[in-house]
This record gives sequence, structure tokens and C-alpha cells, in this order.
Amino acid sequence: MKRTILFAVGLIAASTVVMAGTTAPSDVSFDDQGAIANTLSGAAGDPESGKTIMRTRGLGNCIACHEVSELSDFPFHGDIGPSLDGVAGRWSAEELRGIVANAKMTFPDTMMPAFYKTDGFIRPGNGFTGKAAEGELEPLLSAQQIEDVVAYLLTLKEE
Amino acid sequence: MKALALKGVAAVSALSFVAASALADENANLVVNGEIDMTIRAPAPDHMENMSEVMSGWLFRSSETQALQLDDFENPGMIWVDDAREVFASESGSGGESCASCHDSPEALAGVRAVYPKWDEEHGEVQSLEMQINECVTERMGGEPWKYTGGTMVNMTALLASVSRGMAVNVAIDGPAQSTWEMGRDLYYTRTGQLELSCANCHEDNYGNMIRADHLSQGQINGFPVYRLKNAKLNAVHSRFKGCVRDTRAQTYSPGSPEFIALELYVASRGNGLSVEGPSVRN
Ligand code: HEC
Ligand code: HEC
Repeated sequence: MKRTILFAVGLIAASTVVMAGTTAPSDVSFDDQGAIANTLSGAAGDPESGKTIMRTRGLGNCIACHEVSELSDFPFHGDIGPSLDGVAGRWSAEELRGIVANAKMTFPDTMMPAFYKTDGFIRPGNGFTGKAAEGELEPLLSAQQIEDVVAYLLTLKEE
Repeated sequence: MKALALKGVAAVSALSFVAASALADENANLVVNGEIDMTIRAPAPDHMENMSEVMSGWLFRSSETQALQLDDFENPGMIWVDDAREVFASESGSGGESCASCHDSPEALAGVRAVYPKWDEEHGEVQSLEMQINECVTERMGGEPWKYTGGTMVNMTALLASVSRGMAVNVAIDGPAQSTWEMGRDLYYTRTGQLELSCANCHEDNYGNMIRADHLSQGQINGFPVYRLKNAKLNAVHSRFKGCVRDTRAQTYSPGSPEFIALELYVASRGNGLSVEGPSVRN
């Protein structure tokens, strides 16, 4: 009985090896509005992969909190945050990158977790074991996964 | 035949909602066994600054789940209440005494659940009901302490809750309990773990909303221990706290720890005015 509400498993260990061209979480620079100017992975994002990350519990699990009509085949969508329909019309790629990497830089005190951050936590755990974290934390999503999610969000234009 | 103990509109809605995910009627009332009238909505206690009304977790469950709590024959948690009745009357420990040697019957302890956690003058600390039970088991009966969230303990807390059902939760938060209560309040608002979520993020700011498939309640504890359909057993308050903290990707506190006792006192005080409902039924 180990079901968890958000992000059920840490499938992100793959990001341990920092790839060339990748900006580490601690080196990311946000502008005054919380946006990140450049790609975090050095490569372009893949919207198909981003789509999978958005709906998968062990990955972004973004639909735990957000409604996305285009993903309506996948149950269940939460309503903690705003619907992401048409989000590409509201924010630029740089702004979306900032929101996904660390939404608190754009929306102070927001409930949205920071997906590309590895320090400054209170009592960080070892995944969902309830035990203390050992060693360095991995971000919730890798640099490339952030880029993939951003690429997917950019496809969500108002019809 | 068992009386269907719903009132007015609620009775109709309980029959008309069938889908497992159906959200229940917000105006439903909870009357158990056709006679225990539960207060499931109450004005928020004065100490709560951000909310005007407190609500039982029962209100946030589907009508099917709600229905299981209406009648003791339907409520699976009551099976363990019966087990605890036997333990209550059985001699154990070095003195050859039972709970009944000092307390006559479980009913003699009606009202106790409603005021715990509570300051204990002799030990100079706030005690949960589990701690009080273990004090009797070890200091008065000369036995080994029961495991904090183990079956024997959870069952006994279910028995003691059941005889207080319908009485208003009324834990004291001032006087000597105040510093413990304040520690609990701080824990409630601290954003823990890699997801940086506090109890308040989910249960104060977002009750009524969905987080993936879960309908968020106010995280009240007046219904504990709760029988959960998910694991088919009675669950102690501290087990639930542990699960929720774990879900923030945090290192949890241990059941029975000073932190969880403080958190329990604080969360209990957020439900002052609601009825004791345990053992309740949740998904
Ligand atoms: C635990 C809840 C939660 C999760 C999980 C979550 N978000 Fe959010 N998100 C929010 C909230 C709340 C807001 C509103 C910002 C605020 O607090 O004012 C938000 C805002 C946003 C916005 C801005 C939307 C707009 O229209 O202004 C975007 C884009 C976004 N989230 C994307 C994502 C993506 C992508 C993921 C997953 C990788 C994700 N969110 C996961 C809670 C969440
Ligand atoms: C990420 C969201 C989240 C956080 C943070 C969270 N919980 Fe919960 N909690 C839930 C969900 C989902 C449930 C099951 C549905 C419900 O009853 O709200 C739940 C249920 C509960 C229940 C059972 C209520 C009942 O009537 O059966 C209690 C008590 C509770 N939480 C207390 C807490 C406390 C105390 C904290 C902080 C230490 C906390 N929760 C943090 C999501 C959360």
C-alpha cells in the first residue's frame, strides 16, 4: 500500500549525469519576472515526450493539479491550479520555462512544486519513502524533461 | 430491517448517485443508527483566522462511502470495536486487572475522546489518548506498552471514540497546553519535503478541490480512527499524518513523536465543535 498522491516514483535518476550544455539547477538564472532565457539542456524540447511527462504520475504529473482538455483521455485532472488550455497564448517560452523550473519565482508562495530545484527544502525525503534523503537530491524533472514539457505547453494555443 | 438514517433530501441523493467517483450531496446530514445526530458542519473556532466553517471529512466522500457510516452493521470499523470490548474486559499485566476493573464499562469513558490530546499534570506534558491508554496499561496494570499504531491500540481508540460519538470535540489549547498547540500550528503551516507542501496548502487552501483523483477535505480528525476502503483496516491519526507528510516527499515524523502529538492537538482544535465520529469510513 504505497500509493502516493503526486509523482509516485522517482524515475528521474537518469539525470545524475549532467550532460554537456546542461545548466545545473543551482546555476539557473531567473529574470525579475521569473523567466529563464536559455534552454536548460542545450537542446530543443520534444513536445511528444512533454505530453507523456505531463500526465504520468512518476514524472511531472501536472494534471494532478491542472486541467488540460487535450489530455482528457487520461484520468483524472485536478483543479488546484488554472486550466492550461491556451497557455501558450499567455506566456512565452522563457516564461513557461521559468514557471515549470521554479514557479515560485513567478508566483511567490504558489503551491506549485519547483521541478528544477535541488536545495533549500525542509526535511527533504528519499523519494516517497518517508525516510530522510541521502546524498544530493535529484530535481523532480531533468533539464531535458523541463524542455520537453515547455515544448508541449507551447502547443497549447487557444483554438 | 436497518433504518436508512438519512434526512430529507439526503436520502434521495444517496440513492441516486451511483458512480464511484460521484461527489456527495453537500447538504447531506449524518445520523448514525437513526439516533446519533452528528454535527458535521460548525462555525470555525475563534483561533482559526482563515476559515469560517469547519466540516467533517465525511462530507467529502462519495455517497456510497458515506452510506457505510450510517449504520453500525454496515460500518466495518465496528468489528474491531467489538474486539476491543473483549480486551477491555480481559485481565492482563502483572496485577491481573482489566480496564473494567477501574472503569466499569467503555460507556463509563464516554466524553473522554472529545477532549484529547489533553494536558497531563502528573507527567507535565500533553498526552494523546494512546499515551493515556499506555499509561494505564503499563503504570496501573503492570503490562507491556501497546504499539502506538498497532491493532490492539487502534481498536481500543475506536472503542473509546465510539462511545463518545455525537459529542462535540473540545480540546483545550490554552494554559499549559498552549506551547504544544503553538508547535503544532507551526508544523501545520510549514512547507515540507521536495514538493514544499504544508497541511494548509491542501486542507485549508484547497479543500473541496480535486488533486488528481482525490477530493480534498479539511483534513479533520474527528472521525478517527478511520476504516479505509483502500487498506481495509482501521487507521490511526498518526498513520494518516505520516502518509500525508510522506506524500510531500519529506522525511516524516514517527507516530507517537512529540511533533505528531503537537500536530494532533492543533488539528483536533481545528475541529472543535464537530462531533466525535470515530470509527468513521473513508476511501
Ligand atoms: C501541486 C499543484 C501543482 C502541480 C503538481 C503543478 N502545478 Fe502548475 N500551477 C499550480 C498553481 C496553484 C498555479 C497558479 C499559480 C499561482 O499560484 O498563482 C500554477 C500555474 C501554472 C502555470 C501558469 C498557468 C497560467 O495560465 O497562468 C503553468 C504554465 C503551469 N502551472 C504548468 C505546470 C506544469 C507543466 C506542471 C508539471 C510539470 C505543473 N504546472 C504542476 C499548481 C500546480
Ligand atoms: C499534497 C496534498 C496533501 C498534503 C500536503 C496533506 N494532505 Fe492530508 N490528505 C490529502 C488527501 C488527498 C487526503 C484524502 C482525501 C481527504 O480526506 O482530504 C488527505 C486526508 C487527510 C486526513 C483524513 C481526513 C479524514 O476525514 O479522513 C487527515 C487527518 C489529513 N489529511 C491531515 C493532514 C495533515 C495534518 C497534513 C500535514 C502534516 C496533511 N494532511 C497534508 C492530501 C494532503
